[in-house]
Amino acid sequence: MGGDLLEGFRSRILERKPLRLKGGGSKDFYGGPLAGEVLDASSHAGIVSYEPTELVITARGGTPLADLESALAARRQFLACEAPDFGRATVGGAVAAGLSGPRRATAGSLRDFVLGVKLMDGEGRQLNFGGQVMKNVAGFDVSRLIAGSLGTLGLILEVSLKVLPLPVADATLRFELAQDKALEAMNRWAGRPLPLAATCWQDGMLTLRLSGARAAVVAACQKLGGEALADPAAADFWFALREQTTVFFTGDAPLWRFSVPSVTPPLELPGPQLLEWGGAQRWLRADLEASQLHQAAAKAGGHATLFRGGDKTGGVFSPLSPALMEVHRRLKQSFDPYGVFNSGRLYPEL
Amino acid sequence: MTQREHSAEAAQDFTGIDRAALLAELARLLPPDALLTAPEDLTPYECDGLSAYRQLPVAVALPETEAQVVAVLKACRAAGAPVVARGAGTGLSAGALPHPQGVVLSLAKLKKILRVDPVARVAVVQPGVRNLAISEAVAPLGLYYAPDPSSQIACTIGGNVAENSGGVHCLKYGLTVHNVLRVRAVMITGEIVEFGNHALDAPGYDLLALAIGSEGLLAVVTEVTVKLVPKPEQAQVIMASFDDVMKAGEAVAAVIAAGIIPAGLEMMDKPATAAVEPYVKAGYDLNAEAILLCESDGTAEEVAEEIACMKAVLETSGATEIRVSQSEPERLRFWAGRKAAFPAAGRISPDYYCMDGTIPRKRLGEMLTAIYAMEKKYRLRCINVFHAGDGNLHPLILYDANVAGELERTEAFGAEILKLSVALGGTITGEHGVGYEKINSMCDQFGADELRAFHAVKRAFDPEGLLNPEKGIPTLHRCAEFGRMHVHGGNIKFPELERL
Repeated sequence: MGGDLLEGFRSRILERKPLRLKGGGSKDFYGGPLAGEVLDASSHAGIVSYEPTELVITARGGTPLADLESALAARRQFLACEAPDFGRATVGGAVAAGLSGPRRATAGSLRDFVLGVKLMDGEGRQLNFGGQVMKNVAGFDVSRLIAGSLGTLGLILEVSLKVLPLPVADATLRFELAQDKALEAMNRWAGRPLPLAATCWQDGMLTLRLSGARAAVVAACQKLGGEALADPAAADFWFALREQTTVFFTGDAPLWRFSVPSVTPPLELPGPQLLEWGGAQRWLRADLEASQLHQAAAKAGGHATLFRGGDKTGGVFSPLSPALMEVHRRLKQSFDPYGVFNSGRLYPEL
Repeated sequence: MTQREHSAEAAQDFTGIDRAALLAELARLLPPDALLTAPEDLTPYECDGLSAYRQLPVAVALPETEAQVVAVLKACRAAGAPVVARGAGTGLSAGALPHPQGVVLSLAKLKKILRVDPVARVAVVQPGVRNLAISEAVAPLGLYYAPDPSSQIACTIGGNVAENSGGVHCLKYGLTVHNVLRVRAVMITGEIVEFGNHALDAPGYDLLALAIGSEGLLAVVTEVTVKLVPKPEQAQVIMASFDDVMKAGEAVAAVIAAGIIPAGLEMMDKPATAAVEPYVKAGYDLNAEAILLCESDGTAEEVAEEIACMKAVLETSGATEIRVSQSEPERLRFWAGRKAAFPAAGRISPDYYCMDGTIPRKRLGEMLTAIYAMEKKYRLRCINVFHAGDGNLHPLILYDANVAGELERTEAFGAEILKLSVALGGTITGEHGVGYEKINSMCDQFGADELRAFHAVKRAFDPEGLLNPEKGIPTLHRCAEFGRMHVHGGNIKFPELERL
């Protein structure tokens, strides 16, 4: 199945005209300006194989992320990086964007769970990288290179992802803490053998998620104290955070994402902030100069992204060093010699 | 620079290099004790952990600073000479095998732990720092570096980055790629670059993922930031016996199906336990066809809960005997046999050859059955230790290199295991790398288009193909030759290489 569909993709690619790869279109807001004619890959969908005891699921790029997640949930497993759905994401789009959700600091990022990718390159060839097994060092790790490449290296036809069992037990605790105290607590706890799953700080309130064996979660709750937030309120809270549907994320002010070392002191920037990932991911609502924010992030040892809204002309992603940009250009050139895929979505040069 | 870009099609010719000029330039750039050129000094570098392949390099450079690494790379590039980076030389795929026209760049003298940040839970180390030295240095802080390849006493973090090393705990804690935040490296041009950073992600393409496991083909590592994780409060291991290897394989799947990710899940077959037991006296059940070691770690409560659950699953899966470690010395004794498998193989046989394929877990029993048939076919014994939790196999083929034809039969045996690994939906290498050893087996796993893409990735970092040439990715010409050799009976010969 899908032969005609793939042939269709191939002939579009062979026209050598700029294409805008599209899955669910849920992340059209993300990255550089959209350019090129739409190539809708959402119809190349479906789960190819899923064997719970192998901890691997393989799905076509157009498969709705929600379908993949419900297939996993039916067998009490999940995608532990909690890639956001933003209403209608596809698996291919999730991998191309490489975004991870609240559990990222403890469970790992989307790229960490990528085991294999089938790609159609800029010359219409189907390339298979990685595979379905946990450990695989044959050839360069191109599958993980594809994660987060924003579709600039090729059309993602199929992806194999590592999955994990759903935690047996789960608890959410709340602590009233100022940002500096919350950062201190998150970093201290992360250095102890606790079943931490996710953290979120906003407006003087630190919310902490614990997941794991029942006994471990119960013991951790006793050790840490705080105020328990019960389900379904707790589950709704973490889901809304992943999907960015809370009040913090709504409204028109540009949304900036800072990825910084978790120990970075509170960023002295005007505008409301929300912290995740033990302090390693910080969201800011502010209409400020891009260069100012890129510099602030670089000073802290990280980078900043204009995630949603705002003026993209100042640069969406933090700039790369000339040597790294040269490697980027050559990689782009080798996978997409005619500049067909998602030009300018990651950097204007690519 | 007038050098030609290397191509995917055929091997490069490095024979025109002006050795005298290169040696003079290196001597000018490096302190006297940082450059080896006398044959007796080069001999220790002629092979890595896979001693079947040996080759003397033109010289060995042992820089003491990053600036010297830069200088050596620039000099080699100017001379058009190949560079083979080397850590402790414990690799098992001849990835650090010298190039006859090239320089070995040893990072062994760069062995400082530069910084440990207990709050951020990171350590910044030079590439020559040993894997275990990191965990030892941070143990007083209650932290450790999770990937634990069995060579961890000796192997270096730079080598771990090159190979994307795993270990017995990687099902739960991940591979090197999951535990390294940042790599600082020198390109062949001498430019210094950083892949990743001290945050959890970096802008642009994930070059960190590409660099990890790149076997010294893309850049030379000069600094690594590793993630440190809290030491689990407690660990306990179950040792379960099975009277049938298929049942043991099914038990592995059953543990995973029960929703548990064990800290370690290892399998040894009867010949393997028979080989190690006299050596370590671990108390293994020598009547069992296979034993599983199944570990849980975490808080005391977590371990108690998981051990009870795993024990029940193993019983239901038909274990004939189950023992749970009751103390830390007992846990370590159960593991000692598994960890001593390689030396034990060396004790019962003059030589052994370790394979490294990975297959889907559910095919473990099938693979073992096939290996038993291959033992007869090739008239060689094989003992099997598996990282069963992630389907990574380490069959150890026992042979005697002094017996004419045994090495060739061993290589054919190994190649057939790897071919079957690919056929069963797996890969030719789970954690040891392709290096020089498995370069032909790459032609079994990948088609010409993928191989061309790999060469293009290589060119994006190293257009002239000077970093570890003829390793990792076969040329299309080589695959064509290999295919032809297959037709002629499967014997692989490397006439340019001396054999021991």
